[in-house]
Amino acid sequence: MNASLSINDLHVSVDGTEIIKGLTLEIPKGEVHAIMGPNGSGKSTLAKVLAGHEDYEVTGGSVTMDGQDVLGMEIDERSRAGLFLAFQYPHEIPGVSNANFLRAALQARLPKGEEIDAVAFYKEMYARMDELEMDRKFTGRSVNEGFSGGEKKRNEILQMMMLEPSFAILDETDSGLDIDALRIVAQGVNSMRSPARGFLVITHYQRLLDYIVPDHVHVMFDGRIVRSGDKSLALELEEKGYDWVKEELAA
Amino acid sequence: MPNPVAEIESTMPDRESASPAPRGEWFSHPPRHDEPANLPDWYLERRKECWHRFLETPEPVRTDEHWRFATLGNAKFEQLDTATAFPETEEIIAKTHRWGLKETAARFVFAGNRLVESEGAADLPQGVICLPIMEALAAHGDLVREHFMQEEARLGGAKFAALHGAATLSGIFVHVPRGVVIEKPIEVAHWAAGDQTAIFPHTLVVTEANASVTVLDWFRSATPEDRTLAVANVDIAAEDGSRAQYVAFQNWNDRSKHFHLNGTRVGRDARATSCFVNVGSAWSRNESVSRLTAPGADSRMLSSNLADGNQEFDQRTLQLHEAGHTTSDLLYKNALYDRSRTIFSGLIQVCPGAHHTDAYQKCRNLLGSDEAEANSMPGLEIDADQVKCSHGSTSGQISDEEIFYLRARGIAPRKARQMISQGFLNEAVEHLDGEELKAAIEQRFEERFAVLA
Ligand SMILES: Nc1ncnc2c1ncn2[C@@H]1O[C@H](COP(=O)(O)OP(=O)(O)O)[C@@H](O)[C@H]1O
Ligand SMILES: [Mg+2]
Repeated sequence: MNASLSINDLHVSVDGTEIIKGLTLEIPKGEVHAIMGPNGSGKSTLAKVLAGHEDYEVTGGSVTMDGQDVLGMEIDERSRAGLFLAFQYPHEIPGVSNANFLRAALQARLPKGEEIDAVAFYKEMYARMDELEMDRKFTGRSVNEGFSGGEKKRNEILQMMMLEPSFAILDETDSGLDIDALRIVAQGVNSMRSPARGFLVITHYQRLLDYIVPDHVHVMFDGRIVRSGDKSLALELEEKGYDWVKEELAA
Repeated sequence: MPNPVAEIESTMPDRESASPAPRGEWFSHPPRHDEPANLPDWYLERRKECWHRFLETPEPVRTDEHWRFATLGNAKFEQLDTATAFPETEEIIAKTHRWGLKETAARFVFAGNRLVESEGAADLPQGVICLPIMEALAAHGDLVREHFMQEEARLGGAKFAALHGAATLSGIFVHVPRGVVIEKPIEVAHWAAGDQTAIFPHTLVVTEANASVTVLDWFRSATPEDRTLAVANVDIAAEDGSRAQYVAFQNWNDRSKHFHLNGTRVGRDARATSCFVNVGSAWSRNESVSRLTAPGADSRMLSSNLADGNQEFDQRTLQLHEAGHTTSDLLYKNALYDRSRTIFSGLIQVCPGAHHTDAYQKCRNLLGSDEAEANSMPGLEIDADQVKCSHGSTSGQISDEEIFYLRARGIAPRKARQMISQGFLNEAVEHLDGEELKAAIEQRFEERFAVLA
């Protein structure tokens, strides 16, 4: 059994159109991998398909987590098994408080009949919120409702910190963040880096990778990984632009 | 204070005038129980009148617009009796304590028509009257008279209103004098038991100028099988600058029926809030009228309902702007499952000359089943200028993206749906004042959702 998130020749279609066209990627625990790519290249599709979104049809390939088949699992099962997706566009859940939401998510991980220790839960949540410089008022507010773009992203990272996944996929967590918020969010992510955890950081801009320094960088284009390298690839990409990749591919 | 039987008999109308009872008559005689001996004459007179009016008023008919979409069979009754004997009052008192609020200004527990516990009323601020309605009638007859059943039943429930006036025995009268603020809620638990019996809970809340109070009625069955009927009435008079908040939480067993009339009168710069929560019963109908009688009056009308099985919740409302510069804001929410039905019919009426009025009305339905049916009939009648009005109703299902979001955090599908529906219902309750009050209601929703199939 290998301790990694392993994607092998994955093909994904939506409404009959193939979007992921044979993607292979291995993220061992302890590493941070970044995927960069132009809009529409299929980054969010990859993230959502890993989380189990039902709009997408997997037409080929496999995904395993620590050797366990992921594609056969239900959405919620994947999360409980240790997979986490920080959404590019987190959904609003009116009337459900942030605290209750987090509590339900943690409760779902406990064996039947076991109850969450409410005091310990609040203590933990407040500590994490302090790290993310989130006001306490967010505990009582409805999940993401009326949150600014940046607040939503922080809230995603708060959830990640509370749920302590084995593999975390962050889909454009940097978009909508000003530089201070970006720094805070990156600190949160960095504090979670550990030999027991792997990260897939999806981003459009190199900027994020100054704060969350990746071990590997992959370039995605038209549903495939077209280039892989170390963090210098991100800089190169920033410098030359995505057209460079497109031109190289066309050549 | 039990009364000799002869006394009770003497307060009944004579048989001549009461009969002949039409076929299918709800009661063969006016419902009675033990009651104080010294009830005022005006009340005994009124009660008689009400009984006659009840007998004379026809049952609801299809052609009455106030009964559109209603299943009329639900509003017919045969050979009911007044609840008398009651099982295990100690148990229901203990349950009330477990179930109810931790922090109350006063608490009353009624077992059927009988008061079985009261607590805290004596320690309320000087000048506050907070008594069981029958005691209040006996002790403060003139004051009660000013407010008792003064609001007209305009929304189809005249027969029920008359019956209530003839028969009420339980419930409370709360009168908060000028400037007195009661922070914690006054809590009343109404328990029903006894197959084919009826109770008539009355709640009368009067806040004088700048006073403030919250009253909460719980409705619960003592047994899962007894078919009971409650014909309840709550009247609220919020006088100048005062705050009156009322919450009804209806959780009868699924064989029982509930009819709840509400007349609210809001004075200058006063605010009244009503919130009707229905989760139990086979059938529940609320008729709620808010009259805004002077500039600055503000009425908030809230409701959250969770319907499943074959439940039918029928709600009729009227926001009546009699004066200008007044505000009303209504938010009714229904979550429907199985083959349940809801009916919402709401009218905003801005009277001639009631300029500069703001009136809002929203009914939102969340459909959890293809067979569930939500009927909405919003209405507007405006006879003034400079009016801001909006009304609308929506029906929808839980979105797949919302479910996905919760499931992506490890929450199982059933629980995810439950949380979203509960959040949907919480949205109306959130407008109430009082953290413990809101938390208690949300907790009760959670318990109710937990047993939802
Ligand atoms: N649910 C969907 N239905 C139809 N097309 C989709 C859907 N999701 C994504 N696509 C299409 O798939 C392509 C990749 O989109 P996406 O994964 O969001 O790209 P990225 O995140 O890299 O910007 C786009 O052409 C987009 O229009
Ligand atoms: Mg994207």
